[in-house]
Amino acid sequence: MVKKILIAEDSPTMRSLIVSTVSALGDFEIVEAANGFEALRALPREKVDLVITDINMPDINGLELVSFIRNNENYRTTPLFIISTEGSERDREKGLSLGADAYLTKPFSPAHLQALVRQYLGGEA
Amino acid sequence: MADKTSSRAIRDFLAEAEEIIEKLNLDLVVLGEAGASGEVDPELLNGIFRGAHSLKGLSGMFGFDDISRLAHHMENLLDSLRLGKVPLGPVLVEVLFDALEILMRLVHGKGENEEFTLELEPMLARIDAVLGGSPTDKSDILARLQLDPSVLGVLTEYEEHRLIENCRKGRRLLRIRASFSLSSFDQDLAEVTELLKKQGEVISTLPCAGEVADRIGFQLLYGTGATDAEVMTRLGRDDLAVEALGESFTTSAAAPAVVGGSEPTAPPPPLEGSESQDAGSASLRSISRTVRVDIDKLDTLMNVVGELVLAKAQVASVVEKLRSNGDPELAMELQKGIRTLERRLGDLQKGVMEVRMVPIGQLFEKMVRIVRRVSGDHGKKVVTDIRGAETELDKLIMEDLSDPLMHIIRNAIDHGIESPAERESAGKPPTARISLEASQKGNHVVIEVRDDGRGIDIERVRRKAVRQGLIAEGVALSREDAYDLLFMPGFSTRDEVSDLSGRGVGMDVVRSNISALSGMIELDSQLGVGTKVSITLPITLAIIKALIVRVGDKTYAIPINSVLETLMVEPGSIRSIERREVIELRQSTLPLLRLDDLFHLASRSRRDARIFVAVVGLADKKIGIVVDELLGQQDVVIKSLGNVLTFVRGVAGAADLGNQKTILVLDVGGLMNEALRGEASAYV
Repeated sequence: MVKKILIAEDSPTMRSLIVSTVSALGDFEIVEAANGFEALRALPREKVDLVITDINMPDINGLELVSFIRNNENYRTTPLFIISTEGSERDREKGLSLGADAYLTKPFSPAHLQALVRQYLGGEA
Repeated sequence: MADKTSSRAIRDFLAEAEEIIEKLNLDLVVLGEAGASGEVDPELLNGIFRGAHSLKGLSGMFGFDDISRLAHHMENLLDSLRLGKVPLGPVLVEVLFDALEILMRLVHGKGENEEFTLELEPMLARIDAVLGGSPTDKSDILARLQLDPSVLGVLTEYEEHRLIENCRKGRRLLRIRASFSLSSFDQDLAEVTELLKKQGEVISTLPCAGEVADRIGFQLLYGTGATDAEVMTRLGRDDLAVEALGESFTTSAAAPAVVGGSEPTAPPPPLEGSESQDAGSASLRSISRTVRVDIDKLDTLMNVVGELVLAKAQVASVVEKLRSNGDPELAMELQKGIRTLERRLGDLQKGVMEVRMVPIGQLFEKMVRIVRRVSGDHGKKVVTDIRGAETELDKLIMEDLSDPLMHIIRNAIDHGIESPAERESAGKPPTARISLEASQKGNHVVIEVRDDGRGIDIERVRRKAVRQGLIAEGVALSREDAYDLLFMPGFSTRDEVSDLSGRGVGMDVVRSNISALSGMIELDSQLGVGTKVSITLPITLAIIKALIVRVGDKTYAIPINSVLETLMVEPGSIRSIERREVIELRQSTLPLLRLDDLFHLASRSRRDARIFVAVVGLADKKIGIVVDELLGQQDVVIKSLGNVLTFVRGVAGAADLGNQKTILVLDVGGLMNEALRGEASAYV
């Protein structure tokens, strides 16, 4: 069964970078969301195995998305990474305390992201 | 990372970066104006912050450390600004504009060569100097709020700041719970948010699991001066629950302590019909639904369509032969097929054309920046008006229009607009106005640049022309002749070479650039009141319908969109006014232009023979082009002549006819200038 990854990121270029980094690991089905609302809508529709989200998005922020996921029966245990531009230490702490499994800062290291994905999803690569 | 990413990814990055910077520039204009009036929309400021933030992250991924570094410094400054740590003032806005300018130069430079870079230290130092303000610690205020950790835990640092600002203003904090259907929650939410914004500020939007599977809940954190009942009435829906938060704080918040002397940003202006939320979701939709395409690819596609159109014409001519000396029945059948092909080809052509169309607003935005910078350099105060930004134009025409338009605007600021003092003594407001307006007229787009400056002084133009030996002393100069002189190479009414417009490019180049686009430029001015420059351009080039005409043994194409009608004229009806041939056309006088004279051709039909006239018009001018024969209408594919023939007056380019024959396409705008020049031809 092919694993599904939801990527919520509003910058199309950044999104495609994350997609290509993750896809290099193996055969995943990628669900792209250009903002928080698209992510909210995709969650119940797609049964995703991993969520990767940005913090600064125009509608709801990534922290709110994390809180939503962690407080929802259906996704409580879904692995979740935040990738955000290095910024407030507070945002980082909050993200992790809300239950994000990892917090990467942009520019992120592709190897680091790949290692995390492998750790949480196991990967063919 | 950079070595792993393909050049295509880098191009995508540069395009996105350019988009972000252009958007930032525009927003910054609004921010600057809002700053002056003291009403700053926190959403606008936050949007600007996010722009710099994205740029930093993106450029870092591509290893463009210089862009990333500058964007990082800007982001710091903007972060402090949105968190109220530094006050918004003209110096800060200026610094941001200059930083954006450098960012844009970096992005453009890297488009040419990835190694391109610029000296950043002075700019970074300026940003840091503005940043020098002392940060304020707000954690004590947050602590006093005594909010539920589930509320505070999901707020970003910025949202925390907005929360504090709301409390400082003595607003009450409300938690509004709502539950929407999963299929339409974004519209519902936008609707509710829009209503709420009229009386306060939505600080955060927290989604939560709905009680039913196909619903989703939201908790809005809302700061308002209104009572619960007022909020409920305004919302007018019963699927919402309102609950007051941190009641203990709101009573003591009436005496706000502004810390560190920094000016907190103002609350969101309670704009009627504020559309920021709508605009936000609209632009988001476009992000996920658009594809970025290299213009070269579109060109290739367009060329293919062009070749197809020509191939169709070839087949059609074979059918014609088949009909007359072969198998008429087969010809009929083939003709049917061709007609279908023609229609579909038309659709295809239209589709490709539409893809090439971009709103002229993009170009106008650039011009607003130029106005800002140039007027600042010159100590003049200028505001810019934009109208018709949604008017669409072929991307390539747009690119080629950029330089001429920029020059016209520089000219307006340099020559046209007076200093604030001079304006006041002339009884004008000290701030001048430049308006940019675009509108579509049939197959053409008209762009008008208007200023309310001093206008063109005909007498001064005349004196200068005499001094330069262009006209003889004592020659009277009509308004049109004077304007024409302004388009002469090397002509400038300024004696000293200006730093602004005197860069070796004159209005002559502007005119030839516009002509190269098959367009026309006109001046209109009133002394002391202002000047208007109108540019009329075809919406698109590439494939055009043309009227094919013969003069002597030469064939020419006249773009059909400028042909108003064709006439057959008896030699007797041609009259001569001031040594120029004219005919009467429905109670008005139509000047004639003989192509055989202009191109020094031997025309077979001489002056006593019946002639054909193609009446062409651009803007509100008309002339009749005299030809020997009208050969019919045809689609032609415009090919660039390169630089070879750019000096030839009256020729816009070359075109391919279906039969492998290349013909010249007439430049109607240029020909009209030629014909309407009148007296002016005496000194050319």
